[in-house]
Amino acid sequence: MFRPRSDLPLEHDAANRFLPWLIVLIVYLAALALAGLMVLSTAASGWGRGLTDTLTVQIPPAASMASKDGVSDANSAPEARVDRALEVLRATPGVAQAKALSREELLALLEPWLGSGQFTEELSLPALIDVKLKAHSGVSLEGLAATLDAAVPGATIDDHKRWFGRLILLVRSVELIAGGIVLLVSLAAIATVIFVTRTGLAIHHDVIELLHVMGAHDAYIARQFQFQALDMGVRGGAIGFALAASTLLALGYLSARIEAMLLPSLELNASQWLALSALPFVVALISMITARVTVLRALAKLP
Amino acid sequence: MVRFQNVGMRYGLGPEILHDVSFELEPGSFHFLTGPSGAGKSTLLKLIYLASRPSHGLITLFDRDIALAERNELPALRRRIGVVFQEFRLLDHLSVMDNVALPLRVAGAKESDIRDNVAELLDWVGLSDHLQSRPATLSGGQKQRVAIARAVINRPHLLLADEPTGNVDDRIGIRLLYLIEELNKLGTTIIIATHNEALVSRFDHPEMHLSDGVLTIKRKSAQGMV
Repeated sequence: MFRPRSDLPLEHDAANRFLPWLIVLIVYLAALALAGLMVLSTAASGWGRGLTDTLTVQIPPAASMASKDGVSDANSAPEARVDRALEVLRATPGVAQAKALSREELLALLEPWLGSGQFTEELSLPALIDVKLKAHSGVSLEGLAATLDAAVPGATIDDHKRWFGRLILLVRSVELIAGGIVLLVSLAAIATVIFVTRTGLAIHHDVIELLHVMGAHDAYIARQFQFQALDMGVRGGAIGFALAASTLLALGYLSARIEAMLLPSLELNASQWLALSALPFVVALISMITARVTVLRALAKLP
Repeated sequence: MVRFQNVGMRYGLGPEILHDVSFELEPGSFHFLTGPSGAGKSTLLKLIYLASRPSHGLITLFDRDIALAERNELPALRRRIGVVFQEFRLLDHLSVMDNVALPLRVAGAKESDIRDNVAELLDWVGLSDHLQSRPATLSGGQKQRVAIARAVINRPHLLLADEPTGNVDDRIGIRLLYLIEELNKLGTTIIIATHNEALVSRFDHPEMHLSDGVLTIKRKSAQGMV
């Protein structure tokens, strides 16, 4: 396919017959690992966008709160405490929106865990205020927390950083593992091509020596190996990519039919598919360069 | 053309194969290189066609001191030398035409020129009916003629032949030598390594005799040997 006329019968070598199949496996694994990396990166940045500009203010039920002298706050009606908190929040520069969640909304949030009915109706629940910040607002969370606590004792702010930080740590760890797999797979490809090229050099030693004596430059001999490796790389890479694409499409189809809110979407976008489709060519290029360097290094030992 | 000054050669830590070999060949000369098996004939030829480096001594080829030549200069020097190997060393997976074309392709000649030149040369050696044959289907004499055609296709200044008649009977051997003699008349310098004394005696060319790695010159006529 990509191989010009050759003086060496490299295509008949046993090692060369296996090389495309090894590259199929290598490209398949690398494509899946890369796709995993892309899916996680997309999901992590999506989660980040959804959470970094939001806060949740939690106001505990009045009954559980008491003033410092042991007497209940005179204005401790839940609605009054929420109103005071809303006032503070809306007066804070950088806050775009502050909206208290209704009891119905709170119960709806709890329903997946506690169910519905009389029991939940009687629960003493904290009030929650959903706060949206302006982009790059620079709001000081410590200052806002202190102001809120002074106005509404016991009010706390959750900026989701703890939860989100752990999630991102997990995602980054998985990304690192996926990146490691891609690296290992690339090294395996290089090692395989070096092995196959060295085998070819040993098998065709007599012909190579003959070409050398005829006045062939090292590059002339190396070209025959490098185009063979390129040909094998492109063929194996194309099959490996086709198999990986089928697997990814099947996974995407299945994931779209599973209700899993927290699981990231397994579908890749167009630019990600484009990047992934470069993989067989990158592997073929690595194979070609590896073969060339291996041959040139071996030939440099000839007189 | 070729000058050896006190050239010695040993492989690794083994015994010395050639001892202080000195000679000079003039352009257009014809020499036989004789001696018993193991005397160092092939080693001497390998030094000339730059497949080995001497352990000591000075080799000058086409007025270039080999010891001082850069590695990337050597291919150009090698292309000025044609070699006929004892075991032919034809590539069985290539046709006769592609085997003979090999030195031209190595030198980067155009495909159109290659086809014309190879066909003409194979006609000259009497193998025009075998352009697409594989070497395995040829007789010993035919293989030897293909090997000679391959060695001379690039119009080398120097032709080295290692036992070119070793695998053919005397009748074909003599015909091959006449073929090589024709090349010599066209100006090519020739060295033929052989241990066939009877064959050497039929031609009036000087003889370089190797015995136990020591070279002596046997002149039959005043031809090019210094």
